[in-house]
Amino acid sequence: MLNITALLESIRESPYRDNVVVAPHTGRLTFASDISLGQSVTGPTGLWKEKAGTLLAILERERNPKPITALEKGEICALHSELEGQFVQAGTAIATIRHMLTREEVEHIILQQTLHLFAAPERAKYYFIPEVDKKMHASDEPSVKVHPGMELFIMSRMKREVHLNYTGPAGIIYAVYFKHNENIDAGAPLVGICTSEQLPEIQEVIARIKTEWK
Amino acid sequence: MIDNNIEKRIQALHERLIYLKDIFAGKHEDSASLLEERLESFQQRMNAAFVFDPYTDMAALEDLFSYVERRLDNTITPMDRVRIVRHPQRICLRDILENVYDNYTEVGGQDEYSLDPSMLIARAVITRHRGKKTYQQSVMVIGQEKGHGAEYRNGGSVKPWGNAKAMHYMLVAETEGIPIHTYVFTPGSYPIEDYPGAAQQIARNLYGMAGLRVPVIAVFSEGGSGGAEAISLADRRLMLSHGYYSVISPEGAAAIEGHIRPGQRATTKLIEHCASNLHITAQDNLEFGYIDRVIQEPPLGARPWHFEFFRLLRQEVIRATDEVIISTRSLPLLRGLALKRHGSPKADLENLYIRWALSGHSKKRLVDLRQKKFLGLSTSAISDNRPWHTKMWAACVDYVTQPWNSFKYDFYRKHQRKIKVIMEEVDNEWESLKNKLWAPLGKVLQKFEVKKPENYGEQLTTLSTWNHDTRIKRWKYLSPRYKIDQAVTCPNSAEYGCMDLWGPDLFGEFAGVCSYCGYHFPMEPEWVVQNVFDDGSVREFNAEIEARNPLNFPNFSERIAKAQEKNGTRSGCKTFEARIDDIRLVVAMLMGTFRGGSVGAAEGYKFMEAANFALKKRFPFLAYVHGTAGMRIQEGTHALIQMPRCTVAVRRYIEAGGLYVVLYDTNSFAGPVASFLGCSPYQFAVRSSNIGFAGPGVIKETTGIDIPPKYHRSTQALSRGHIQGIWDRRQIRTNLKQALRTIGGRNLYYR
Repeated sequence: MLNITALLESIRESPYRDNVVVAPHTGRLTFASDISLGQSVTGPTGLWKEKAGTLLAILERERNPKPITALEKGEICALHSELEGQFVQAGTAIATIRHMLTREEVEHIILQQTLHLFAAPERAKYYFIPEVDKKMHASDEPSVKVHPGMELFIMSRMKREVHLNYTGPAGIIYAVYFKHNENIDAGAPLVGICTSEQLPEIQEVIARIKTEWK
Repeated sequence: MIDNNIEKRIQALHERLIYLKDIFAGKHEDSASLLEERLESFQQRMNAAFVFDPYTDMAALEDLFSYVERRLDNTITPMDRVRIVRHPQRICLRDILENVYDNYTEVGGQDEYSLDPSMLIARAVITRHRGKKTYQQSVMVIGQEKGHGAEYRNGGSVKPWGNAKAMHYMLVAETEGIPIHTYVFTPGSYPIEDYPGAAQQIARNLYGMAGLRVPVIAVFSEGGSGGAEAISLADRRLMLSHGYYSVISPEGAAAIEGHIRPGQRATTKLIEHCASNLHITAQDNLEFGYIDRVIQEPPLGARPWHFEFFRLLRQEVIRATDEVIISTRSLPLLRGLALKRHGSPKADLENLYIRWALSGHSKKRLVDLRQKKFLGLSTSAISDNRPWHTKMWAACVDYVTQPWNSFKYDFYRKHQRKIKVIMEEVDNEWESLKNKLWAPLGKVLQKFEVKKPENYGEQLTTLSTWNHDTRIKRWKYLSPRYKIDQAVTCPNSAEYGCMDLWGPDLFGEFAGVCSYCGYHFPMEPEWVVQNVFDDGSVREFNAEIEARNPLNFPNFSERIAKAQEKNGTRSGCKTFEARIDDIRLVVAMLMGTFRGGSVGAAEGYKFMEAANFALKKRFPFLAYVHGTAGMRIQEGTHALIQMPRCTVAVRRYIEAGGLYVVLYDTNSFAGPVASFLGCSPYQFAVRSSNIGFAGPGVIKETTGIDIPPKYHRSTQALSRGHIQGIWDRRQIRTNLKQALRTIGGRNLYYR
């Protein structure tokens, strides 16, 4: 069984993610004039992430200058300035951006590794069957137990309603990812299930993240 | 304790003072402070009960206000007029409905409970007398409303569905046979693409109004670009003396002229400069001929308490409607006398009753007069450098070709079909008889026939024949960029992982199309001219018509000259006759390389002439829009008027039975899309092109809405129902031929 506390500790030891920026193809490299070691950079911004991140370098091949921009917010922790003006091969590391993990990202990592996600088989609206729905509303704490083959959802699309059975390990519904009367895309998670033994540990770790993580 | 009446009059003077200060924005401070000082002093004396004859003093103070307003009225600049029409104290449509008409019922919704509260529609009544008889005349009143609930009126900026509502009620008026009075109070249309789409709906309105069979009278107060045009293609266009009518707001023009980036503001000086150079006033537009009459407003503009002005406005709209009705009468002598009587300023129109209904013949004449009125506008804004004999021929050609065309198409073609049918039947009979007679002889000859041995060896050893390889010689025209040894990155490379493309390949063999994702890079207009139409079939006409600088906009003549030199053409529109596999057609091409493809008077004239030429020759008419950025702002209303003018030309062509197809390439925006292009029932786009009303920057600036990337992409336009299909550039010729054959029918002419 996964040791969640150990997982959190390992994240706490290195609460960041290093993204190595590599040359997408061969070419002559010129670093952006205002880029230096330790500098903060931003990833794509805008409502649709339509604005490119901080310009890191220009890679020119066949008289075609191509900008290389930061794909994530962070700080430049390694900069290979010795490559300035050099012809580099595809895959050559140019810089490393250290992205400090946010609280949501840490929660996401832990839940992703501990929960079993039950995905929507097709784009539709999803509801719990009435019995499960009542139990879900009755308690704030995760308490609804599921087991393989159990009738769990009603999948509603246009005027067609189909009952859906749960498949996966037995456990408790820890997280619900769909909302009432909202369409869910095929493949998107509907619920996250954890074993009853893991539940107290997950709850404790998540509570710790929420209070301690800045 | 101040008398209630005096207190009200003091309050009114306060409002007049605020108005005066607002519209002059810091100018004439001495006059404003004088009035303020006198008003304060009077009020203090009133509070202290030091005034013995308050009514006399009050009248003297009001006279002083009136005197100062009259004096300052002579100093008003064009930008002051812009501030006047935008001021909350300015009269608005509800005031007009209350004071100009005798009664009215709103039919387009009420207050905020409306499809679009900025578009107000009402059935109104005007009462007139003849002798002891009283007549009630109904009109459909349509216009933008800015006040009386300004929080939901959107400043008179009408959304596409508001314009659709206006068009709907215009058609209702047509069904009911009542005149339409439109009042233009808009800074511009709300530039969103949601169905029915800002541009496409304005185009539909213009197209519809070009053929309305009831009198239409338009009154301009704030005539902001396309939003104004959506309801102003009228038989008579009146304008309030302190209003403006412009191709773009002075702020918008300043942003373009000053190359202002999003988020920055143009300087006040530049805005004033643009307002002045755009010639937006009523007097300017009267001189240009785009306005028929100016209605004089009180000093510093009409406000809701100017009841005398409403009386004048009532007289003018009645006069205009009467004149339109009279002008459709068939007897010239009676028409002339009646027009003279109504035109007199002394005419008492309240007691002169004219029936506002039209006979079938008069309706036809009404539409014809309206269309000809617009077709004849802005001729002085172009340079016609055609040789004198060409001009003479153009002037006389109708007299020669009209009878011939009538004979050819209306008489001969009709009978030709009948003869053809008979001849086909005779031919079939003859073929059948011939086969019967030759059958015995054919059997004998078959026995002596020598068969050629088939070369199976070659067929088995050769995979394909290189004689038909058209890879290299596929295109007759190659972009000049074909010669540049450079790799090019596809804009979709991040999304689809497209590899870099080698320039000579991309702009040569690939016709500017990414071989990984199919993205179409913009190509030169010449690419289509030479690669789509048959070799040597392109014959340009009206090439001598030259774009110029009719408003003497500063530094613009040099810019036009530069564009002419760069493109080797005299205007941004090239009109020519061409063939595709022997299908003859007329093409008007708007070139994005000539000042962004903006349309001015010369381009409009050439487009209109091309539509006329296609009409006379009974050819299909293709508008190939390589690119257009909108109407050319430096030409002011000379450019703006091309919207209704060219739409009228297109309507006449379509009504006569012509097949009008539009093909968009690269970027097509604003005025042209919102008029003579958007009104086509058959609009297609080359892949990766962008089509819309306003660009992302303008949408953000005017509405505050962030629009998603690729909002204007042709695929989006297709999803919204604005266009009918998307074509690959390499397939334009094939698709065009198919469209002409299938939509145009056997004769490429669907009636």
